[in-house]
Amino acid sequence: MKAFAALFTAIEQTTKTNAKIEALVRYFAQASEQDSLWCISILIGKTLKRQLKTADLKAWAAELAGLPLWLFEESYPIVGDLAETITLILPEASTLENHSLSETVSFLQLLGSYSDEQKKVAVTGRWMQQQPAERFVFNKLITGNFRMGVSRQLVIKAVSRHFGMEQQQVAHRLMGHWDPAEISLQALLMDEGISARHYQPYPFFLAYQLEEEPEALGPVEDWQVEEKLDGIRGQIIIRNRELFVWSRGEELMTDKFPEFTALPGILPDGTVLDGEIIPWKEGRPLPFAVMQTRIGRKSLTRKVLQDAPLVMVCYDLLELEGRDIRNEPLHYRRLQLERLLLGLNTPVALVLSPVIGCATWNEVRAVRSRSRSNNNEGVMLKRKDSMYETGRRRGNWWKWKVDPLTVDGVLIYAQQGHGRRANLFTDYTFAVWDGDVLVPFTKAYSGLTDKEMLEADQWIKRNTIDKFGPVRSVRPELVFELAFEGINLSSRHKSGVALRFPRILRWRRDKAASEANTKADLLQLIAAQRNE
Amino acid sequence: MLQFDSKGIYCSRADVYIDPWQPVSKALITHAHSDHARPGSKAYLCHHDTVPLLKLRLGDGIRVEGIGYGEPLFLNGVRISFHPAGHIIGSAQIRLEYQGAVWVVSGDYKLQHDGVSIPFDPLRCHHFITESTFGLPVYRFPEPDTVHEEINSWWRQNVAEGQNSVLIGYALGKAQRIIRHLDESIGPVYVHGAVDNVNQVLLANGLLLKPTIRVIPEHQKKEIQKAMIVAPPSAIGSPWLKRFLPYSLGICSGWMQLRGARRRRSADRGFVLSDHCDWLQLNAAIEATGAEKVYVTHGYKSIFARWLQEERGLQAFEVETLYAAEGGEDTDEIMSGTAET
Repeated sequence: MKAFAALFTAIEQTTKTNAKIEALVRYFAQASEQDSLWCISILIGKTLKRQLKTADLKAWAAELAGLPLWLFEESYPIVGDLAETITLILPEASTLENHSLSETVSFLQLLGSYSDEQKKVAVTGRWMQQQPAERFVFNKLITGNFRMGVSRQLVIKAVSRHFGMEQQQVAHRLMGHWDPAEISLQALLMDEGISARHYQPYPFFLAYQLEEEPEALGPVEDWQVEEKLDGIRGQIIIRNRELFVWSRGEELMTDKFPEFTALPGILPDGTVLDGEIIPWKEGRPLPFAVMQTRIGRKSLTRKVLQDAPLVMVCYDLLELEGRDIRNEPLHYRRLQLERLLLGLNTPVALVLSPVIGCATWNEVRAVRSRSRSNNNEGVMLKRKDSMYETGRRRGNWWKWKVDPLTVDGVLIYAQQGHGRRANLFTDYTFAVWDGDVLVPFTKAYSGLTDKEMLEADQWIKRNTIDKFGPVRSVRPELVFELAFEGINLSSRHKSGVALRFPRILRWRRDKAASEANTKADLLQLIAAQRNE
Repeated sequence: MLQFDSKGIYCSRADVYIDPWQPVSKALITHAHSDHARPGSKAYLCHHDTVPLLKLRLGDGIRVEGIGYGEPLFLNGVRISFHPAGHIIGSAQIRLEYQGAVWVVSGDYKLQHDGVSIPFDPLRCHHFITESTFGLPVYRFPEPDTVHEEINSWWRQNVAEGQNSVLIGYALGKAQRIIRHLDESIGPVYVHGAVDNVNQVLLANGLLLKPTIRVIPEHQKKEIQKAMIVAPPSAIGSPWLKRFLPYSLGICSGWMQLRGARRRRSADRGFVLSDHCDWLQLNAAIEATGAEKVYVTHGYKSIFARWLQEERGLQAFEVETLYAAEGGEDTDEIMSGTAET
């Protein structure tokens, strides 16, 4: 753990990508194969099964520190991180012992079979053998959610540099499910033949938002224009007569979509499709809210399947008859995709993503402007000769989303944030007027600059009316312009509406609370959406 | 004997205010930081070393007198004396005694030795007024020597990587403490004008400071190399910093104990170096006073007062002051950029 903690410190002490990569390479150079595997797995965001309860951790730490529990509870929101609060509050180590990363992981996983008393003895024993940096990393392993300031791309770069592999190959090898306890480094990175891991998805190619005018991209004829759908990005894999459905978040979702169960008998072996899984009826997408009625459900009843039928709108073909065709140009892949889907005799839950013919960029603009009424997010622009790259890249694929909807809301509640916003009131609830009453309609966390965040925090502390646990109600004076992607009626929300992706656009210092929007304005937005 | 009123901490018998936040006729000043030494009062009394600093901050025209540590002054039967607080140069606790009752106003203080100011002198008293800037058990500061070593090795590493080191610390107090412990064999030390203004005043009054170079507009970018640049918080994010590129940015503050605070400043390094007490120091200092009544001011005052009351069996009271608002950024030695001119 010393080495892993040192890696953590080195990464935290620099903002430079290259220095972070070097720190990782240094770690790989000295670590055992097992430790390297665990390190990679943790850094790309795979989590360990949580074996300990937060309440126990707090109680044990307070007891060791000789402090009352209430004092721990008061300190925690100020630090904003449980693992760090425990680290800081514990007394210094009594003896120092170093355990390897992989040993520590197995130690933590074994805890599940212990009694409460055994857990306490084991964990507090470890705490008292660690210096602060190791203790913090250890606690992070316990509490999960290990964010270390490195992106997946950065880990891929470091692995590729240390093991002398192509980045794209590393990205592919790290996709999907693999368990450091059951795989060797050799098998993960180098073994020939992907067949042993035929369930493995390809890394997704992601687009950035187009910030400039589309004319800057050159002639419109070079670009394939499609609607940008608001569903779940996924990959369908048919290999060895088996089906795998992966989400972009690398979650295996095969069981959630019975619509695709029949595909292995219909599509040829060695087919990988990229597309958007989306509720669909009569040739049009349904609102995303319909999808939400399906996600998270354990059992899919006939009614649910009928009300929210799903398809994959397919826009790319990555593997054809077992051949990786990602390096072929898009127009070739598109042709093969059309041949494949249009040649099927059986009805399937697969739809070919329509290519929209546009002769000018203004025609593209017009398509984009109709997006919201079509339940779309905007348009996708893909260069016709582009390869299918890995990760988020600029240049060949762009998303061009519609401008968000906006509304002015009054700040009424605030709560302290976590992580880099710890100890600052940065999580806000906003309200609109319903007659002369303010009704809360959304929360928003992001969008202010650091400076505005500090200023708002100061204002909130001075203008608190009441405290309910961690939440403060404040004088209803500040107005913020909020942006969001969609709005719908909702019976689950007090205000009767639900926003999609709300965030703060700007602080309207020029407006008084009385000038904020009303509930009637929100209902009108919903009506306008439907009538378009 | 003391009351907290709308202008500050007041002793009616002696008719003096301590660190008033509104103009009064007679003000006793614990130290020269701007939240404790405010303008507009008719007459000021402070420690000798604070006099020139007070003039620097409030103007040459103020009426101010100096007094030595431990030197008694009698006002209408009240015995008043100043004692080292260890916070910054010239900082004092103010002790007031009347008919056997002793009050101590500690101002800002620390128990760590910083190598510049005279160390804190524990005083026995009945009533103790304490700050609580870092009055939470998560604040436990490392030994200053370790921190100074970290700073020097960071500087060395930056030199090896061909970049300058910009180190942020409050212009009065922190900056001198930083400079005092820099290893000048590594490279030249530059200072921001706000830091140099304080340094010049201290030099003129006999404090020994290591030689530093004031950054002036004429400095060419290429002549500043391998350098350590000491600057106040207001320099963060300002174009003034551009001339030192490429550089690594470090911040010295007690707040750097928390990761969230470090990450928020987007500094490359946070060094935990504070002129305030951490949790252990606060508790040790209060215990040493033997006071039965403790008045807790700026910082995490409600939490700290509850701790003293419930766990230490003291009579503890939260007191509203304008030294700083509720615990957090604005009590920050680092964020008090407004104090910098």
